[in-house]
Amino acid sequence: MLKKEENLIFELSVPGRSTNLLPECDVDETEISEMIPLSFLREGEIDLPELGEVDVVRHFTHLSQKNYGVDSGFYPLGSCTMKYNPKINEEVSKLDGFMKVHPYQPEKTVQGCLELLYKTDKFLSEITGMDRFSLQPAAGAHGEMAGLMIIKAYHEHNGDYKRTKIIVPDSAHGTNPASAAAVGFNVVEVKSNDRGGIDIDALKDLMDDEIAGLMLTNPNTLGLFDENIDIIAQIVHEAGGLLYYDGANANAIIGISRPGDMGFDVVHLNLHKTFSTPHGGGGPGSGPVGVKRQLVPFLPKPVVEYDNGRYYFDNDRPLSIGKIKSFYGNFLVVVKAYAYILSLGAEGLKKVSEAAVLNANYIKEKLKKYFHLPYDRTCMHEVVFSGQWQKEYGVSTLDIAKRLLDFGYHPPTIYFPLIVREAFMVEPTETESKETLDEFINTMIEIANEAEKETEKLHNAPLNTPVQRLDEAKAARSPVLKYERR
Amino acid sequence: MSYIPTTDEQQQKMLADIGAGSIDELFADIPESVKLKNKLNIPGAMSEMELAAHMRELAGKNINLDEFTCFLGAGAYDHYIPSVVTNLLSRQEFYTAYTPYQPEISQGTLQAIFEYQTMICSLTGMDVSNASLYDGATALAEAASMACEATRRNEVIAIRSIHPESREVVSTYTKFKGMTLKECGIKNGVADLNSLKEMINGNTAAVLVQSPNFFGAIENIKEIAEIAHENKSLLVVSCDPISLALLKAPGDIGADIVVGEGQVLGNPVGFGGPYLGFMAAKKEFTRRMPGRIVGETVDRSGKRGYVLTLQTREQHIRREKATSNICSNQALNALAATIYLSVMGKKGLKKAAELSLRKAHYAYKKLMETGLFSPAFDSPFFKEFLLIYHGDVEKLNEHLLERKIIGGLSTDKYYPEFRGGYLVAVTEKRTKEDIDRLVSEVISAC
Repeated sequence: MLKKEENLIFELSVPGRSTNLLPECDVDETEISEMIPLSFLREGEIDLPELGEVDVVRHFTHLSQKNYGVDSGFYPLGSCTMKYNPKINEEVSKLDGFMKVHPYQPEKTVQGCLELLYKTDKFLSEITGMDRFSLQPAAGAHGEMAGLMIIKAYHEHNGDYKRTKIIVPDSAHGTNPASAAAVGFNVVEVKSNDRGGIDIDALKDLMDDEIAGLMLTNPNTLGLFDENIDIIAQIVHEAGGLLYYDGANANAIIGISRPGDMGFDVVHLNLHKTFSTPHGGGGPGSGPVGVKRQLVPFLPKPVVEYDNGRYYFDNDRPLSIGKIKSFYGNFLVVVKAYAYILSLGAEGLKKVSEAAVLNANYIKEKLKKYFHLPYDRTCMHEVVFSGQWQKEYGVSTLDIAKRLLDFGYHPPTIYFPLIVREAFMVEPTETESKETLDEFINTMIEIANEAEKETEKLHNAPLNTPVQRLDEAKAARSPVLKYERR
Repeated sequence: MSYIPTTDEQQQKMLADIGAGSIDELFADIPESVKLKNKLNIPGAMSEMELAAHMRELAGKNINLDEFTCFLGAGAYDHYIPSVVTNLLSRQEFYTAYTPYQPEISQGTLQAIFEYQTMICSLTGMDVSNASLYDGATALAEAASMACEATRRNEVIAIRSIHPESREVVSTYTKFKGMTLKECGIKNGVADLNSLKEMINGNTAAVLVQSPNFFGAIENIKEIAEIAHENKSLLVVSCDPISLALLKAPGDIGADIVVGEGQVLGNPVGFGGPYLGFMAAKKEFTRRMPGRIVGETVDRSGKRGYVLTLQTREQHIRREKATSNICSNQALNALAATIYLSVMGKKGLKKAAELSLRKAHYAYKKLMETGLFSPAFDSPFFKEFLLIYHGDVEKLNEHLLERKIIGGLSTDKYYPEFRGGYLVAVTEKRTKEDIDRLVSEVISAC
């Protein structure tokens, strides 16, 4: 990775330098003030950098060399499913017939786009055991929000206005309670039992006629499948609540078990996790939301329908929660997921989950002698360790993560889930080879040894990266959020 | 196709090391009752070659803007995307990376976002920008909630000239959050200031306005700001960032929060997404902003570096007390915007804005000269304008489509009050010849 400091683009600016990308004006050169009153016009020029094309290309190339992607190496970031992103999917999403299509073109000129949306809905419904999907949500958290709106709309449609609470496990992702709050629910937390699943008695105690639903990730954020899912579904449904499936960990169960068959009423998937669309450094993602039959009328509008050889948008949906985003969602991301599903097929998708689970268990067994394993049972697609043994030597999980950077790895997710002290969560995904896993395992063992004997190495890490540990407290205490010309 | 590199033999070896007899054993925690008994009903598996052919066939069922000349806008615009943008975005270090949680190996993404934030502040005239949101419509909805939290009031007023889809999204968000959304009418294609003065009250957290608005018309931000501020309400302005190369920065004429659709900055129309919403605000609202924010700091050796900051606003720390449930931004789209603004630069952006403005005015003049339209109003406009067509808009567009022109948008569905409303957008990509051809085909249609 590039270590040399890269100036900010503004510091590279040279007055008078420019590119020349646009043609000269070929219509009347009317004075601007004759078209727009002076009082609306900017005085002076906008403050943007003045650069040549090569300056821009070098600058952003240098920045890219300070970044680490899945193509750079192993990225076992738990709960994020950083699998390899097939190149063919990138290529086909850039076809003119997808990329250069306007969202308001007449339906008959976008039949290919509509067919793709319609079929992706069918595929995702089949994979999850749901009846219908909306591809409008732009991200996982956006899908959660849409799903919770649907739950609220459903209860209110039934005249059930008392249901104002959503139950969320203490092991849940932060977005779960935040999404519930964002749609006006009160959040109630249910604790986990000693096997990492939901404490059934605690759940029973929480149930009453104010509970709108339960949000669950299964396998949960400990990477464990909740064996009591049947009972949980029964308890929630008997009390009149609905079951929400957070699909963050769906990579463990594709072709093996379906949320719809587990009793879930609403599901969101992350196409940027399970269906291999790249994360883009933090987006764009796509978080489709799927529902069981009784909730279909509440889906965001429009939905794509098919009739007599023609695909069309159905906007006439009086019970719909409404629109949650402009147009139809992150379409070009959906294109990649559609291509991924077709390239794998039913058998291939099942093999994804099998290999993902095998890889995680392999790491778990190989490392559990060296790092504390708080829940020693078969895991699913990810495994949560605790750095508490290393803590005895004054080494934190953060130190371990930073030391991994020196060895050329992206570290696992750290300090999550919150219910495990010094947690680190390893999700290898199915796209890693045994050789990669073995190398990682050996590195982790080496780091465990260093923690015992050479703690300084961990405290000082990383040293082989473009920058060393950064002062996050300073950044938050006296925020500098943009470049100011000095 | 398969992207799994481990061989069957290796998998057997791994199972033996684990002490498991088969892969099925690893799924023993899943009760039999919820295990899938059949194979999924999914077609495939396709080879890469078959997939490529299938996708080309599907894409071929759509007509695209390289083959047809486009005069559609209405929130998604066919601006020129410099080759540099597409090229740099395809670097894997950017597009296959995760959210920059590990700053030591994410300085590329982080510095680019810091530069993005600086550019957005400079365009909008605001103090702080976040790292981007899902799109312009959701950014407007987030700004509405932010204003309610900041003012401890519960009602927002949206001007009717805001994009109908944005108003729908704001309506969905506000409905579920228990906020009240009111609509202020329009006069001459822009906000009716008298009606705004009558509506605004002690509960009004913010006035939401879009400029240039859905009709392309430029709103009088300054006067709206005065009305809002007199009532201690905030002003939220949604704007087209390219227009800001010519127009006054909303921050300089009274906006408290500025949002907008960033698609125009180097992102393809892509059948509606992914785009990016930008959001910038006055300093006092920094800690109320949703989404990621990047800040400058130093590393242990004193070297300048960048980190995600002010995270105590966010869901992974604050859970249900977070300012928003937003987790991701639209990092790659924001990167496209940053590269676009860098390569266009001060002069290029202004040129894109001036060309769009001049060509739109040329198209307006020529279309009016046909005698087949009347103006919907006479407010000044930027790159888009609303006309009233005297004939049948659907037939007109059908005629144009047969001649490889994608005509303007019929607005009847959204604004029945302008019967025959025809919204035409012209970017710098349309040549005089394109516009003249549109005009002559419009004449031949009647």
